[in-house]
Amino acid sequence: MKDASFHKLLVFVNGLVPLAFLGWDAYHHQLGANPTEFATRTTGVLTLVFLTLSLAVTPLRKVFGQPWMARVRRMLGLFSFGYGTLHLCTYLWFDKAFQWPVILADIGKRPFITVGMATFLILLPLAITSNNRVIRWMGGQRWNKLHKLAYLAGILGVVHYYMLVKADTRVPLAFGGALAILLGYRLLNRWFPRWTEWPSPKPKTLPH
Amino acid sequence: MLIKKPDDIKGSEITRKGDQESFLSRRTFLRGAALAATAAGTAWLYRRLAFPEAVTQSGEKIGGVKVSQPPIREALTSLEDITHYNNFYEFSTDKDAVASKARNFVTRPWTLEVGGLVHKPRTFGIEELLKLHTQEERIYRHRCVEGWSMVIPWVGFPLASLLSEVQPMSGASYVAFQSLADRKQMPNVSTDILDWPYVEGLRLDEAMNSLTLLSTGLYGETLLPQNGAPLRLVVPWKYGFKGIKSIVKITLMDRQPPTTWNIANDHEYGFYSNVNPQVDHPRWSQATEQRIGVFGRRPTLMFNGYADQVASLYTGMDLRANF
Repeated sequence: MKDASFHKLLVFVNGLVPLAFLGWDAYHHQLGANPTEFATRTTGVLTLVFLTLSLAVTPLRKVFGQPWMARVRRMLGLFSFGYGTLHLCTYLWFDKAFQWPVILADIGKRPFITVGMATFLILLPLAITSNNRVIRWMGGQRWNKLHKLAYLAGILGVVHYYMLVKADTRVPLAFGGALAILLGYRLLNRWFPRWTEWPSPKPKTLPH
Repeated sequence: MLIKKPDDIKGSEITRKGDQESFLSRRTFLRGAALAATAAGTAWLYRRLAFPEAVTQSGEKIGGVKVSQPPIREALTSLEDITHYNNFYEFSTDKDAVASKARNFVTRPWTLEVGGLVHKPRTFGIEELLKLHTQEERIYRHRCVEGWSMVIPWVGFPLASLLSEVQPMSGASYVAFQSLADRKQMPNVSTDILDWPYVEGLRLDEAMNSLTLLSTGLYGETLLPQNGAPLRLVVPWKYGFKGIKSIVKITLMDRQPPTTWNIANDHEYGFYSNVNPQVDHPRWSQATEQRIGVFGRRPTLMFNGYADQVASLYTGMDLRANF
């Protein structure tokens, strides 16, 4: 479809909007009383938002029979990785001022940090392998298998979020619910493909 | 069966050049519009979700405030930050949103019931409480269990002076506090994120310590709802959540009263909750803190820097076990 590049542009521009606001607000000292916490929380939530969106692509494509959607999946995933990297940087820099011994102790001692770091380490190879050359080199099947890890990253990301809130678990649970629906759809789709997909156009029989 | 023959002339050949250009420019226009519209939508959504409504409110001037303590040599946190970064879960769990969620909270008339093991149980009106004792300015460090801190010029009076008014019985050894829990005014009281009403407690000797304050204001003005109007507890050597807000009831008891965060999670929040850089929260370190308005973290002080005045309250106690 010719519109693929336009759809990508659409995702690209919209994905950059939060980043633009973050930069603008940081420059104008408008990130509230605790800018470090704000930046960390916002980039963390954005990581989960884009990860969830990227995982929603395949189910939505199948349910609505819109094959073009597959083409924006990679960009959504890369945005998730990008915001995840920023999230990690806010922690390493603003929160811990790159004190590596403190950081390493933190990773070992605090389960929510351990889980967060594990999430990043899963997203990293997924991001690295997100270009056509690597896909060709790996072969589609192996690549697909590797990229199933995106679900694990999503689950760990939600666990990380759930573990760090003090009492109000509603937002992390909402992300968890969304993930459960998407994962549940995949299972249903595997067992009952006919009921869970938009009927694909029947191959036309040629007239005799 | 009829098989349609392909047209001799393709459609595109019929279209004149001018039409094609206008078709292209229409498509370009539509795409530009789609880009702009979705970007605007995303921007709106981001603003909506990430930022609460801005509110500007001010309290009423409190007259005749006595400055009784030498101010600490640390910069005061701005009024803007003190009034727009609040933990007040009855209104919102988003610290930036409490100010706007609590803006219409009604704090007059207000009564405080003081009872339990006292000789003279009484109900005080808020106006009475404001006149009970000279209002003093006390500049205290405020350390939240989450790892951030402020320096706040509180206005208030010693809790001890209220307690002496009702005359605790000899058997009284603890003080229990209770917040208002009004479903109509406080949206989260209808949820089960915490057990409502919010309750807190102190040992009687902690309550009688001269640092312990019942606060009615800050920066010389009456408290705004988000800071616990019209009356809140300030215990500067303890984590902020001990400073219960919008108090309606104080009860003297002979045993340790339950406290909200301890009920919610007794592994993480103890009854004492003294600021202690050596005892970490199970999920994060308490060794350092983020002073609001200052870049970078600073070391947290034992008893939040008030060890001289309060360490003697805990001699012989294992502060790791009694966290």
